[in-house]
Amino acid sequence: MRTQMTEGLDIEGYYYNAARCLCLQGNRYDQEKLLKQSHTLYVGNLSFYSTEDQVHEIFSKSGDVKRIVIGLDKVKKTACGFCFVEYYTRTGAENAMRFINGTRLDDRIIRTDWDAGFKEGRQYGRGKSGGQVRDEYRQDYDPARGGYGKLAQQHRPTEARNSF
Amino acid sequence: MSRRRHSDSENEGSQPHKRRRTSEPIEIEDRLESLICRVGEKSTSSLESNLEGLAGVLEADLPNYKNKILRILCSVARLLPEKLTVYTTLVGLLNARNYNFGGEFVEAMIRQLKETLKNNLYNEAVYLVRFLSDLVNCHVIAAPSMVAMFENFISVTQEEDVPQVRSDWFVYMVLSCLPWVGKELYEKKDAEMDRLFSQIEGYLKGRVKAHAPMLQVWTAEKPHPQEEYLDCLWAQIQKLKKDRWQERHILRPYIAFDSVLCEALQHNLPPFTPPGHMPDAQYPMPRVVFRMFDYTDAPEGPVMPGSHSVERFVIEENLHCIIQTHWKERKTCAAQLLSYPGKNKIPLNYHIVEVIFGELFQLPTPPHIDVMYTTLLIELCKLQPGSLPQVLAQATEMLYMRLDTMNTSCIDRLINWFSHHLSNFQFRWSWDDWSDCLTVDPEKPKPKFVKEVLEKSMRLSYHQRMVDIVPATFAALIPAEPNFIYKYEDESASSLPGYPASITVGNAIKNRATNEEILAILKEVPNPNQEDDDDEGESFNPLKIDVFLQTLLHLAAKSFSHSFSALGKFHEILKALTERDEGKLHILKVVYEVWRNHPQMIAVLVDKMIRTQIVDCAAVANWLFSQDMAHEFTRLFVWEILHSTIRKMNKHVQKIQQELEEAKDKLEKQQHKRQKDSGDEEDMDKNSEDEEGQLEEQIERLQEKVESAQSEQKNLFLVIFQRFIMLLTEHLVRCETGSVEISTPWYKNCIERLQQVFLMHHVTIQQYMGTLENLLFTAELDPHILAVYQQFCALQL
Repeated sequence: MRTQMTEGLDIEGYYYNAARCLCLQGNRYDQEKLLKQSHTLYVGNLSFYSTEDQVHEIFSKSGDVKRIVIGLDKVKKTACGFCFVEYYTRTGAENAMRFINGTRLDDRIIRTDWDAGFKEGRQYGRGKSGGQVRDEYRQDYDPARGGYGKLAQQHRPTEARNSF
Repeated sequence: MSRRRHSDSENEGSQPHKRRRTSEPIEIEDRLESLICRVGEKSTSSLESNLEGLAGVLEADLPNYKNKILRILCSVARLLPEKLTVYTTLVGLLNARNYNFGGEFVEAMIRQLKETLKNNLYNEAVYLVRFLSDLVNCHVIAAPSMVAMFENFISVTQEEDVPQVRSDWFVYMVLSCLPWVGKELYEKKDAEMDRLFSQIEGYLKGRVKAHAPMLQVWTAEKPHPQEEYLDCLWAQIQKLKKDRWQERHILRPYIAFDSVLCEALQHNLPPFTPPGHMPDAQYPMPRVVFRMFDYTDAPEGPVMPGSHSVERFVIEENLHCIIQTHWKERKTCAAQLLSYPGKNKIPLNYHIVEVIFGELFQLPTPPHIDVMYTTLLIELCKLQPGSLPQVLAQATEMLYMRLDTMNTSCIDRLINWFSHHLSNFQFRWSWDDWSDCLTVDPEKPKPKFVKEVLEKSMRLSYHQRMVDIVPATFAALIPAEPNFIYKYEDESASSLPGYPASITVGNAIKNRATNEEILAILKEVPNPNQEDDDDEGESFNPLKIDVFLQTLLHLAAKSFSHSFSALGKFHEILKALTERDEGKLHILKVVYEVWRNHPQMIAVLVDKMIRTQIVDCAAVANWLFSQDMAHEFTRLFVWEILHSTIRKMNKHVQKIQQELEEAKDKLEKQQHKRQKDSGDEEDMDKNSEDEEGQLEEQIERLQEKVESAQSEQKNLFLVIFQRFIMLLTEHLVRCETGSVEISTPWYKNCIERLQQVFLMHHVTIQQYMGTLENLLFTAELDPHILAVYQQFCALQL
């Protein structure tokens, strides 16, 4: 069943498979169609400090980039570790999926996935605290993504308190 | 991993969403395809027993699935050349069991060969002929008929008035089969083969090789001469002949089945006349063999076969084929490369690295997109962490040491590869080993290389990182911090003529003034170019552009997106300011002035301005060649902008041409429909006539658009070549009159950049050869410059 759905997409997407149940627009068939024609990629696991310049530089290696939208924390309006990269051609996006997905930017393995296309509003994280959902619940410490996950931060006494 | 690619022709546009009907025949066909594609890969059983088993399965399925099996086998012959001998053995076994099937297979192959030649698929045609020739070893095809086919191929060398690349290719095809089948053919038909050899020798002696210097990665002959590909192959085959065709590298599974196979009846190839030369044929370009290693480089373990050994040819051929087959899937590609059969007898890592760099540096262009090679090497390092990174480091070191004679286009690719590679490994490198670059003229290749690597590396990280990763002694080579340089920054600029206006404009923009209001402000900006009031209208006022753009870009300097947004918001004003060519040139000048420490930003802004038609391609070319940019002329970003500009122009023309084609197709369909439906109601006829009229108008308009776009494209190349000629001639004349050495680092860069324009855009430039020859590359030109043009012409002679 999964092979049928991703057939023609040719290149497996990680986030798509995880997130497809959350697709809100249209039915599954339409979503498939959009993805197969898409020139846009979702890019995840970026450092909060990765800039548009860096994203442009690396993703330009697979084709001419039309637009980059850096994902923002809904509250703070600062980068929160994801972005969208739109190419002028489908081939540019395909080659990014083949050759940039799973390599490093800012020392982090970044992941790309097909995206149905940027729409206003999608540049914001959907986690409760304003960032991405994945940063709400993770338990590990990631200095490039705000330290501990949001939930874990609440349970953790702050340094200042400890020093007394 | 989908093998479906091989049988794409079999998927008749079926909707992928439809749940496949679980009817048996389709399942069995898939299973057959899978079995055939996978034979020869890692298995618990031996290859021989797998082949034996598969032959039995296929033989049993022949009654019901013969055509499918024929098609699959033809496909793997064409698309999996690295497994040639596995499949020829399989066909041999099938032929032994079923003579008719063998005959039908040979016929199908011949049909396929004709098709590939008709469709300019020359690489695949070589694989097919090689497959046929190895079938001689499997007793499927009779040796004499193979020799006859070779004789027909070689007779092409007697043709008159055909491009050299045509006869080259036929000679290459024959020679490249001989490692596999030379021994057998010589045993059966030595007199004929000797005659063939002397014909080939005569042809090779008379070949023109003017193209070779343009394709060489290094201009030096040491340590490894880069031979023209046919010369090298000829030397390898001659050596093989001298060694009495003893060749021990090729995996030959059919040997194990000799007793079965020699009982089989052989087929004769039908007489095959090579298709005649067609004017639109696109024969493969000539090549130069890339070598960077020899037996002295692999410290321990198996010895690397010599440069004229046939083993070297076969290994390189097979590794190239593996990349060709699997390049889209880097993990599979890396795994396949590393599991090369016979890997224990050769220093495989060295061969792999050499083949990969050979492709990356190939002139005119690499066979695949550059970034693929970077990722492939990273995968290989992951799979062989104990050995491959060291070979790669050794290779990098060798490439650095030979930078002085490396072609500029190849240095570009090396810079991009190395910086991207380092960014995946925390920029760890033994920079101190390269401290020799600190003591020479900074315009020389080595320091320039390091500088450009650091600049590219900074783009993938940030300035402070560069400071951290290199020794303090390298400080001069670290790029500047990519900051905006604002002329009207503060009160110290208050004496500048544009300062007051910059404040007003800045405030206006911040307060969301309308375009009219801003234009009114700009109208008041004094014009440094005119003395008194000009009643006749505005002469060009560079200060207007300067004030507006500096201020706007300063406000938008935060990110690419901010700057793009600014360009978009004030598009109207920018268009007005750049109506004339001087305006276009000046806007580019200002962009450079403010962002000269951030070349990446310059490139993306120029790109945006072309796409939004604020400047045109010719303006960009003129700007890059202008005196203002002379001091940046050898920097990589300048050439990246130029090539990107040419590419945009080319894509623009292609797009309109495609629109025209589509409109023509539509009209044709409409006309057919009308003819079919004519005689029906009058109304329908009138409607479709109207439609046709509209289409015809549209086609006329598009035709004009295409002509105008092509004219712009031709003009762009004329501008570029003209500027090159001017600069180079100036330099050559100056050197001559001063009796100074011509070959300065600047000259080497400039002449190789001229070559690069030809090579990177050869397909487009071919259309304008006549004009170029008549207007620019005439006999009066300095021979140094003319040589580049002549070498380029020699590429498709």
